[in-house]
Amino acid sequence: MKLSVWTYEGPPHVGAMRVVTAMQNTHYVLHAPQGDTYADLLFTMIERKNSRPPVTYTTFKARDLGSDTSEIFKKACKDAYDRFKPQALVVGASCTAELIQDDPGGLAEALNLSIPTIPLELPSYQRKENYGASETFYQIVRKLAKKSNKTDQLSCNILGPASLGFRHRDDIIEIKKILNDMGIDINLIAPMGASPEDIQVKTAKAHFNVMLYPEVAETTCRYLEKEFNQPYTKTIPIGIGATKEFIKEISDIFGLKTNNHYSERLRADWWSKSIDSTYFTGKRVYVFGDATHVKSSVKIANEEMGFEVVGLGCYNREFARDIRSLGKELNLDSLITEDYLEVEAEIQRLQPELILGTQMERHIGKRLGIPCAVISAPFHVQDHPARYSPQVGWEGANVIFDTWVHPLVMGLEEHLLHMFREDFEFNDSAGPSHLGGHSNHDININEKRKENINTIEEIIWEKEAELELKKIPFFVRGKARRNTETFAKDKGLNSISTEILYEAKAHYAR
Amino acid sequence: MNISSSLKIKQGCNNVPILKEKGQNEVFCGLTGIIWLHRKIQDAFFLVVGSRTCAHLLQSAAGVMIFAEPRFGTAILEEKDLAGMADAQDELDLQVEKLLERRPEIKQLFLVGSCPSEVIKLDLSKAAERLTLKYAPNVRVLSYSGSGIETTFTQGEDACLASIVPTLDDTSQEELILVGALPDIVEDQFLSLIGKLGIKKVTSFPSRTKNKAPKVGKNVKFILCQPFLGDTCEALEKRGAYHIKASFPFGEEGTTLWLKAIAKAFNVGENKFDEVTNGPRSRATKALEKIKQKLSGKSVFFFPDSQLEIPLARFLVRECGMKAVEVGSPYINKKIVLSDMELLPEGPIISEGQDVDLQIERCKANKPDLTICGMGLANPLEAEGLATKWSIELVFSPVHGYEQAGDLGALFYRPIKRREVLQI
Repeated sequence: MKLSVWTYEGPPHVGAMRVVTAMQNTHYVLHAPQGDTYADLLFTMIERKNSRPPVTYTTFKARDLGSDTSEIFKKACKDAYDRFKPQALVVGASCTAELIQDDPGGLAEALNLSIPTIPLELPSYQRKENYGASETFYQIVRKLAKKSNKTDQLSCNILGPASLGFRHRDDIIEIKKILNDMGIDINLIAPMGASPEDIQVKTAKAHFNVMLYPEVAETTCRYLEKEFNQPYTKTIPIGIGATKEFIKEISDIFGLKTNNHYSERLRADWWSKSIDSTYFTGKRVYVFGDATHVKSSVKIANEEMGFEVVGLGCYNREFARDIRSLGKELNLDSLITEDYLEVEAEIQRLQPELILGTQMERHIGKRLGIPCAVISAPFHVQDHPARYSPQVGWEGANVIFDTWVHPLVMGLEEHLLHMFREDFEFNDSAGPSHLGGHSNHDININEKRKENINTIEEIIWEKEAELELKKIPFFVRGKARRNTETFAKDKGLNSISTEILYEAKAHYAR
Repeated sequence: MNISSSLKIKQGCNNVPILKEKGQNEVFCGLTGIIWLHRKIQDAFFLVVGSRTCAHLLQSAAGVMIFAEPRFGTAILEEKDLAGMADAQDELDLQVEKLLERRPEIKQLFLVGSCPSEVIKLDLSKAAERLTLKYAPNVRVLSYSGSGIETTFTQGEDACLASIVPTLDDTSQEELILVGALPDIVEDQFLSLIGKLGIKKVTSFPSRTKNKAPKVGKNVKFILCQPFLGDTCEALEKRGAYHIKASFPFGEEGTTLWLKAIAKAFNVGENKFDEVTNGPRSRATKALEKIKQKLSGKSVFFFPDSQLEIPLARFLVRECGMKAVEVGSPYINKKIVLSDMELLPEGPIISEGQDVDLQIERCKANKPDLTICGMGLANPLEAEGLATKWSIELVFSPVHGYEQAGDLGALFYRPIKRREVLQI
């Protein structure tokens, strides 16, 4: 038993729903009690989906447990088959139905439907949403994909985009542009937009697979490499460097001569070099999310924005090794956890100036008064925008630049805050001028909380030093306080004067 | 007074046959009630004993709205807990110990059963007894089921309140209890109005904290503020309290009938009643006049959700002039919604439970001007051209009583107005 308040991932059957809902002409019959239908609203509300997810729930009740829940399941399968006329039926159980052991796969098989049925065995008490998505996609492809000759032209499949994935909808458009620029045909995109027939007929025709999201597609890519001799790309083209590397990776495999290392559509490189961006230099950033987006974001933050990543982590244990080794490379501890309270404690400890995270870190940032940009699922309806806003490729790099800069206090504004810190209107408690809604009251509460938690208790601040500290803008004050106290502690001091404050400042100068 | 004769109903829908279909139910489970209960009862923590699905449900249904650390959590069952019962009880003790250590302000702990905990027959009432002994007198531990195999959405509140009833202290005094979690503003309005009627001792249930809980006994009368509290009603009756039956306090008419039932039970004279209620009553009537012009003649279709459907249909039909096509409710407890059924003119299909696919077909065929449904269905139906109101808002917002009558009407008008406003 483990206490959980907020979770990063849902149960594995929600992962299965993300795959099936992304596809066409597929239906999922889920053996589940009433209430589990809540999962529909993830799609209709967060993603604003305009049709119901293609899922039938058996919604059995306590009184059915004594009689025959397997009959209810069979009827639901038959009804769904008749009503929705899918090309394939995916069947499985949610956590409660797993306990009553009705064997959805066997029951569906026994109906002798004229379409393929794909049984899912997703261990609800061990695994989570991403595993469910990955396993579902793999089972669908394994069951359906047939051998075939490769296309005449060089072509690829794009694998991984699913419902409720972070910006998957737009990433597809961007990656298609990049591949088309290279003269590569797109054979199949799956699961998003693919029908069971597409998967059956088209999968094996491609010369290689683009693994866009390992969380969903790695197992399938490995299978296809073995089964149909299709190599797959390992670089995830998020960020300028990664996009170049992605193009090189494909070019190397197929001996392509391509100059597509630069695109006119890319602006983020110049935006980052232009002098207004100087103030990013060394800004302390904390990164947490799914492993794929975290890896990309760490590289972008350090190498393309000139920030300093001070901590990183991911919630999907399947990729813990990757994140740990990245942490080691950067000389940082990496946090692998599904407990958002641990992430919050780590962020409090590190006092970053910017958080790159999920919806959960957005909550944390709000509580601590630290700006946050969302880089990964799980995300909120407000991070599923109407406009074209990919993460992948050249346009993705532009979007990322804009998104990460938005919550920060801008360069000259930062200077002005330093210079006129006691201006009655233009002061730090007003927060960034382009982001409304920061009331003084909220800031004070956050500040108090932040400082209370981080204060090293045995050290006393002299009155003048305390006043001097107050003159430092709020977005660096927490860090200044912590640095000064650490500095004082290391020196064996138990009180801090203005002198010590400035000595510490010099010590930590960058 | 005789309500039916004075209101001149030709024929209510209390005797029409109820359509009962079996199929997929598109509803929340009772765990969802925790979302408002944990804000209402300020010294309580709700510990769901369940699966990752339960945690994800609570988060999805509510999480995005709550930035503060919530007073609820899920003890997620793992493979090892499913292996042997003894382990699960020990594990639970351990989780509770950690929780109470971290949240010392908690005075009431609810162990909330879920589908998986029910299926593996994890005995939470036993656990609650054991833990109450351990943590008394500081913390009281109770248990109830919010599982989807037992409860639908608002029934979770019913189960929670019913679990508290046996712990209420006895009294021999004449008192009134308002039963059902109301938004604080509505609760205060009701307490003030009822106080002005001259009824001295009035308490709300659930109370905001444990030490303000109502007392119960033979001279206690209670009235329900919400129609989904059947088990709580029975539990209070079992303790000897008298159930004041009335239609529910939605709109001017509903609120008046509800208050009148209280007045009658406490022998408040008509003059006094009019003196106290005339002001807010005319405000409510005035606020509704404008809405009525907008909604009059429009048709409405209710998917089952919260059990508020019948009283709300009564409000929309009688006070806003709408035409009900179908009124679906997850569960119809005639003993409790009888007055509203008597007042709702016959005509609409009254349905209990659902086969969501068949119901959607009926809804589309009828093309109602307004469809009241859950969040899972709203966008898909909007995309098909139907104006919808998501029903969960009716449970979350202040909609009871005179001062909110206009707001309640406006909630239903907003989706229709939006369609009139948008030029895209």
